Order: sequence, then structure tokens, then C-alpha cells
Amino acid sequence: MSADITTRADVAVPVADPPSKAGSATTAPRRRIRPAALLTPLGSLAAAVGVWYAVTYLLLSPARRFLVPPPDQVLTVSFLDWSHLQPMLQALWLTAQVALVGLLIASALGVTVAVLMSRARWLERSLYPYAVILQTVPILAIVPLIGLWFGFGFTSRVVVCVLIALFPMIANTLFGIQSVDHTHHDLFTLQRASRWSRLRKLELPAALPSIFTGLRTSSGLSVIGAIVGDMFFKQGEPGIGTLLDVYRSRLQSEDLFAAIILASLFGVAVFALFTLVARLAVGSWHASADRP
Amino acid sequence: MFMLSTFLTVALKGADVPTTAEKTLDATLRFEGVDKHFTDGTTALTGVELRVAPGEFVAVVGPSGCGKSTLLRLASGLDAATGGTVHAPVDSVGYVFQDPTLLPWRTVLANVELPAELAGTAKAERRERALEALRLVGLEGFEKQLPRQLSGGMRMRVSLARALMTRPSLFLLDEPFGALDEMTRLRMQEELQRIYAETGFAALFITHSVTEAVFLASRIVVMSARPGRVTASFDVPFPHPRPAELRYDPEFGRIAGEVSAALRGGSQ
Repeated sequence: MSADITTRADVAVPVADPPSKAGSATTAPRRRIRPAALLTPLGSLAAAVGVWYAVTYLLLSPARRFLVPPPDQVLTVSFLDWSHLQPMLQALWLTAQVALVGLLIASALGVTVAVLMSRARWLERSLYPYAVILQTVPILAIVPLIGLWFGFGFTSRVVVCVLIALFPMIANTLFGIQSVDHTHHDLFTLQRASRWSRLRKLELPAALPSIFTGLRTSSGLSVIGAIVGDMFFKQGEPGIGTLLDVYRSRLQSEDLFAAIILASLFGVAVFALFTLVARLAVGSWHASADRP
Repeated sequence: MFMLSTFLTVALKGADVPTTAEKTLDATLRFEGVDKHFTDGTTALTGVELRVAPGEFVAVVGPSGCGKSTLLRLASGLDAATGGTVHAPVDSVGYVFQDPTLLPWRTVLANVELPAELAGTAKAERRERALEALRLVGLEGFEKQLPRQLSGGMRMRVSLARALMTRPSLFLLDEPFGALDEMTRLRMQEELQRIYAETGFAALFITHSVTEAVFLASRIVVMSARPGRVTASFDVPFPHPRPAELRYDPEFGRIAGEVSAALRGGSQ
């Protein structure tokens, strides 16, 4: 209190509010992974492998053991044998390309549709039902149609990806744009901002965290879409989904397990990648950066 | 009728900081019999008469829900009155909201530059003006920080700088310090009146706090609730700039007491 009394108002000495220098807050507290923190996931992995062994050797009779081959067999037969692993990796690469192209198209299309919907209420009312239908229609039900229209190769695989990955992009972008603070809108109205600069300088940046949430969901979905696409549209180079089907039909259960594990790891990697991208893009200013 | 004539004399008296007739006519902001009804049937304002002369700092005090914020929205052109006329320099208004309303992805400097950027001012000029505004609010050296790295008081300073950089002839402030802690609030009041003394804009300042109004304003307008209308007006004769210890002056206390009494009378 005494400081206020002695500070003459006509002495224009700028006083930065709290003595704590804001510069120290620049780097958000980084979460360091301690060795102890690694123990629990490693423990759960060991337990999972244990359960796997138990199922193989305790639950299944020797005649039916091929249904769940033991982990070491999957490792030696598939992962450590280059002649087995190589086609899988090549197929995975192709599936990855399908997923990536599908995701790119779904993102661009999704953001565009959401922006259009946010421009006019009637557009939202007329387009949103179709977006919901897109989300709810079983993809397998329209697979034959996609095949007839786009052939049974790469294009159709991508189309499946787009159909599966589109809705989260639309819904999240729209939510982000509609959640913009109304006083922020007032601020732009006061300056008579054009619709274009309002979109570019307010609505899209404000929606970015939501867009990235959509992107994370859609990235996982587009991997699923690509694998499903592989299974139905088998013309051209095989994808990992194609191989899964081949291994199933030939009862190559070690390879089947290996391919499933590879596909799952790929899905996890994609999800992690987009989590990282989101953090790099909006983490510096958005509260989501504070979450572990 | 008696209310109106009282008001008019008070208003005329209030505007005569230098006593000239044209000063009164040449108002920066003028409300004449302004009504505001909302579509849901509520009446926010009724018959509001209000003048802010060039360079005059008018504080508006009143109970919650008396339409104080509506007053600012009308003055800025964000909303339109449903009756009466509002004369306002809508192209030269600086608006400070209750919250700092900074864009969290923009640095302090980019936030302050925003109004000029939207108005299409050349980059070099808006940078210069933004830096000048930041200097004025005492935030030199914080240009590259993001809003979330700043304290509440500093964010409000950025918000002030953003409104200042348009060099408004009329400043509209909607309880800008309401969310701050007491110490920060007092300091921000001192900062604001220093900036006012340096730049000499006209201001319409909404507040809940009578002492804040007396400390800052050259005139205080009291409003009553539901529907909001002007019930009294008080001159605050202290010259600007005002020292912090003015708050302990007996005359300061007397005026605050009168305003509080009018506020109680109006809310009953």
C-alpha cells in the first residue's frame, strides 16, 4: 500500500506488474520422462506377452496352435526373415501413401466445407445432414459402388480413406469457428474488418486447436480407411490390408500377426506424429500445451 | 420534468471545464433521448441524455443491469439505438472491453498492431505507432511475449495500448479493471489517468467502483437500474494529472459520499 502512496502519478515510470520477469515463463515446463515412468508401460507389455504365451500353450491344443502362434515364432518367422518382412514393409509404404493422400484430401475438403457452413446458416442446415450420413453410413455398404465408379485400385482406396476421415475434419473445424469469442468478433467489427480478414486473422487461427483435434482423429481413421481399402480394391501393388487377406487365406498366421502388429504400430506412429505437429503449431499459445 | 431540467443544468455545468458555450455544443459524444429495447422485450435504456465534451473524462456508475455496457455498444456503433439519437465519432473510437480480449496466438506487438492492420495502415507506420502505444502503457521490452505469458494487469495494459494506437478521439472503457486484484487495480487507475493527462482523449468509463470513478473522472454520471436512465451528474474538480494520495483527500471522500448516496437513491 505504501508503494502506491509514494508513487506520484505524474512521474511516468512504467511499472511492470509483478516483479517476476515474464521472460522466465517463456519455456513451458517440459515433461521429462523419468526411468520409473517407463517401468509401468514396459511392465504391461511384458504382461501382455505373458498372456499371449499362456493362450498359445495353455489354452490351445497343439493342433490348433497355429491360430495364435507364440510371440517368438512371430519374431523369427516374420520379423527377422527379410524375405517375409520386405513385402510387408513395401505394402505398408503403399498403404501409408494411400492414407496420406486420403488425409490431405479429407483435410482440405473438410476445412473448406466447414468454412462454407460457417458463412451461412442455411448452408450449414443443408450440408450438415449429409456430413452426418457420411459418418454413419457403413463404409462396407458403399464399397461396391466405389469400386464401380472409381475402379479397383489406388483411387478407390483413397476414396474410402476420404469418406472415413472427412467428418471429424468438418465437425471440429466448424466447432472451432463457431466457438470464437464474441468480444473478439466485436473487436473486428469495430475496425470494420472484411469477411476475408475476419476469416483469415480471427476465425481460422482461433479454430486451429480444434482443427488439429480433428486432424488427429482423422489421421487414425485414414489409416483404417487405407487398410480397409486395400482389402477390397486389390488391383495394382498390394497394400498391407491386401497382405492381411492373403495371409489369412493361406493360414500364414505368423505373417498375419506380424502384419497386424506393423499396421497397428503405423497407426500409433501417425497419431503420435499429428499430436506432435499440433503441439508445435498451437502449443505455444493454446492451453492444450499444458496437458500432459 | 424536474429531473430533466436538473440534469440539463448539471450537464451544462459539467461540460464547462473551460467555460465556453461552443464547447458544450461541440460534444465528442452526444446521446439525445436514447432508448434501447431488446427483441426479448427488455428495456435496457430509456431517455438517456449524455454528453462527453472533447477531452472530458466521464465515468458512469450504476448498479448491475442498468445498461451501462449497452451505453458503450451504442456509442461505438456495435449496436443501434431503438429510439433517440446517438452522435458519436464511430470512426475514431478506442474500445477497451471488460476482458483484455487479446488474440492468444499473436504476440503483444502483433495484438497492439491489429486495429491498424485491419484498417490497412502501412506496416512501418503501424509498427511505430504500436511501439509508441506500448511505451505509453509501460510495456517496453514485452513486444515478443504471448498473452498467456503475461499477468492479468499486463494483459489489460496491452488492451489499453491496442485501443490507444488508433489515436481515438473517444475512449470507451467497459469496467476494464473489474477483474483485477485491488493492488493492480489501483496501479492501473494511476496509469490510465497519467495516459489521459498525456494524450487528452475524451473518455466514457463504465465502472462499479465509486472511488475509481472519482479518482479518474472529470465528471461522474449516475444511472439507475431497469430501465437504465441517467439520474444524477457530479463534477469532480481536481485537475489532471492526479497524485495517488488524492484518494485520501477529504474533498475526494466528500464527492465519493455524494455519488454513493445518489447511487443508493437511484437503486431504490
